[in-house]
Amino acid sequence: MDLAELQEVADREAAASKAVRFRVCSAAGCLSSGALEVRSGLEDAVEREGLGENAQVCAVGCLRLCCEGPLVRVDPDGTLYERVAPDQAASIVATLKGGEPSARRGDADRPFFSLQRSIVLENSGTVEPERIESYIAAGGYRSLHEVVREMNPAEVVDLVTRSGLRGRGGAGYPTGLKWGMVAKNPGPHKFVVCNADEGDPGAFMDRTVLESDPHRVLEGMAIAAYAVGAEQGYIYVRGEYPLAIRRLETGIRQARRLGLLGTQIFESPFNFRVDLRIGAGAFVCGEETALIASIEGRRGVPRPRPPYPAASGLWGNPTLINNVETFANVPPIIRNGPEWFASIGTAKSKGTKVFALAGKVRHTGIVEVPMGTTLRTIVETMGGGAPDGGTIKAVQTGGPSGGCIPEDRLDTPVDYESLAQLGSIMGSGGMIVMDQGTNMVEIARFFIGFCMDESCGKCIPCRAGTVQLHRMLSRIIDGEAAEEDLEPLRALCEMVKAASLCGLGQSAPNPVLSTLRYFEDEYRQLLRPGAGAAAASAGR
Amino acid sequence: MATVKTLSIDGRMINAGGDQTVLEAAAEVGIAIPTLCHLDGVADVGACRLCLVEVGDPPRLLPACSTEVFEAMVVRTDTERLRGLRRMIVELLFAERNHVCAVCVANGHCELQDLAVRVGMDHVRFEYVHPGLPVDISHERFGVDHNRCVLCTRCVRVCDQIEGAHTWDVAFRGAGARVVTDMHQPWGTSQTCTSCGKCMQACPTGAIFRKGATVAEMERDRSILSFLVTAREKKQWNV
Ligand SMILES: Cc1cc2nc3c(=O)[nH]c(=O)nc-3n(C[C@H](O)[C@H](O)[C@H](O)COP(=O)(O)O)c2cc1C
Ligand code: SF4
Ligand code: SF4
Ligand code: SF4
Ligand code: FES
Ligand code: FES
Repeated sequence: MDLAELQEVADREAAASKAVRFRVCSAAGCLSSGALEVRSGLEDAVEREGLGENAQVCAVGCLRLCCEGPLVRVDPDGTLYERVAPDQAASIVATLKGGEPSARRGDADRPFFSLQRSIVLENSGTVEPERIESYIAAGGYRSLHEVVREMNPAEVVDLVTRSGLRGRGGAGYPTGLKWGMVAKNPGPHKFVVCNADEGDPGAFMDRTVLESDPHRVLEGMAIAAYAVGAEQGYIYVRGEYPLAIRRLETGIRQARRLGLLGTQIFESPFNFRVDLRIGAGAFVCGEETALIASIEGRRGVPRPRPPYPAASGLWGNPTLINNVETFANVPPIIRNGPEWFASIGTAKSKGTKVFALAGKVRHTGIVEVPMGTTLRTIVETMGGGAPDGGTIKAVQTGGPSGGCIPEDRLDTPVDYESLAQLGSIMGSGGMIVMDQGTNMVEIARFFIGFCMDESCGKCIPCRAGTVQLHRMLSRIIDGEAAEEDLEPLRALCEMVKAASLCGLGQSAPNPVLSTLRYFEDEYRQLLRPGAGAAAASAGR
Repeated sequence: MATVKTLSIDGRMINAGGDQTVLEAAAEVGIAIPTLCHLDGVADVGACRLCLVEVGDPPRLLPACSTEVFEAMVVRTDTERLRGLRRMIVELLFAERNHVCAVCVANGHCELQDLAVRVGMDHVRFEYVHPGLPVDISHERFGVDHNRCVLCTRCVRVCDQIEGAHTWDVAFRGAGARVVTDMHQPWGTSQTCTSCGKCMQACPTGAIFRKGATVAEMERDRSILSFLVTAREKKQWNV
């Protein structure tokens, strides 16, 4: 494959594309609410009405407003249909002949859509994830070509460094710096690993990217491999994501067939092979050393770092581990240049961030916004605030490693540092909205319970400490705790944070500490004498 | 590689080999850092967190057993904060399973007991969980009482790295984690166990015991394990 052939594929695809496109969301959310039936309904109607010359039905990735699925969007006018039932499909097609649709029209201009800025998700909802031609027509694999044919590895690392991209898997480590370390560390073999474990409750960003635009991630990985000198890559994806797995398998097969993965890519000496590794869905396996152990076929438990994977990862070799979204940012950075990327976002947090907006908010789904957008813009303006006339009480970011941010801090911009200052983290992008009806102590117990169940059990502070934290919170909730129990709770939180071996234990107390910080009242209310009896009579 | 490094431990300037751990360097000058999962001769896993020391300023907590010394490193092994953490770790262990010493074969010869004394644990501030785990006495010579196990994995590593049998492993996770033999089957039915007794010698508590030993009888002869060190120095296994 060379550039001319790549162009040929794109041209053929463009020539075959029809004036009208019915884009049906075929990501997991909409599929689970019947998108497949809607799609065949549309196809049947197009055929029945003899509109095949003029119109086509496309299975695209997530259209983002997942709560209103199945979603259909029509090109070129951009009309959006929500909660489409299969028997409404024909009426949507009939609009081409001047008919009135029986399906509900959605407002495609609402802030939920208009305030988004798409880099990672630029193809999501337009490209057909199961067809590589569709990705190529959207400019796909051009960045890989440019890198492999026109740049040396050090230039690629430098370019990524200058873009200011930071890891989207949680800690926000500068991506270029990490690539540079793997590139410089000596080793006959190096590996690139895509972390698609995504274990945080409420998070579905990475799944959405993989289901909607798998080639984007493969291209990003190949560029990384070229930059660090790796010939083998692994995508570690949880078994609970069968659709993402299937689309990745399809994508890898297609890319290999076209010579975009495999040997002598773009007729250069660069070889890169990607394999999938299916995880059993353990949260701790997202931790990089546990992930490595799991890929190697061992029990997925963390080990002390250093050595970091960049020096000693898979089978002792230098290994680059990045998150799905991190890799997905790479092709557009190559295409548009590092300055373009660095001009988006805030001083220290560049680009955009994809969030999975969930919980007590009117519009749930996937949003991609520039770094620096305030939490209030995301949950109130875009998300539409709490449903059913409720008011927002807090937003939980960063999953079990993160914390709860109270309503009066919602004007905080989302960037790594600001969220950390509030005692939370960006994390991978789960955002759970809570309304006034939410009991924050229960929320804290929920997250501790999650970490308790997901602890690998290797180190004592995390294994036994989370159990005791859970018990302490339960005693508070049951009204069995007194004033003097708050201090030991804090002390144990600090101990688990400080002494645990890996990030799971080190961050497990964050939801407790952040709710204690902002909602101590709620704890104290439960501590009042007689709270036990009150709770019992309330049937709790 | 192994060039000599100069560092300070508890205010004392010392020299250490570049590939030595903080634990080793400290031991050489007579500073004993508490440990539980560490066992001379097998690879360290950094699991028990008792050997945490403060390094640098602001202090970072690092496990002495699996942290190599570096030039100009400043280590503190016995601060107020470390004493508090260690005590809490030991308390968590006592609360996690059943460690009623009075009815334990290892009473008086137990590293957990020694640790409790050392960290000044006079009572446990946490709720006892006491899960009531099984005791496996299917092996003809040894038994394992999961209620006494602290999951240090010393048995797992000794059996794998010294005996080469890999009979032991860890199964399940979180509070449910347990050491198991073979594919989680009774020890007595194990096809891999050679009955060498190394795991029993390695176990710091009364979890793995010699059958027939009565309360307070289970003295370990750690000198039997001294060959481990020799084996380690000869690099006779792969970590
Ligand atoms: C308990 C735990 C779970 C994690 N889960 C994930 C995950 O699901 N996906 C991910 O990309 N990173 C996860 N991380 C962070 C990774 O260990 C690692 O830092 C990240 O994949 C690096 O990629 P990045 O630099 O692109 O962010 C997790 C970390 C911890 C401690
Ligand atoms: S902190 Fe928790 S998950 Fe991490 S190693 Fe320790 S027990 Fe395992
Ligand atoms: S007796 Fe020897 S072979 Fe058997 S489990 Fe113990 S260490 Fe392994
Ligand atoms: S049985 Fe003994 S040696 Fe094995 S993990 Fe438990 S306490 Fe450690
Ligand atoms: S899954 Fe269809 S809109 Fe997100
Ligand atoms: S002895 Fe170092 S962590 Fe256990």
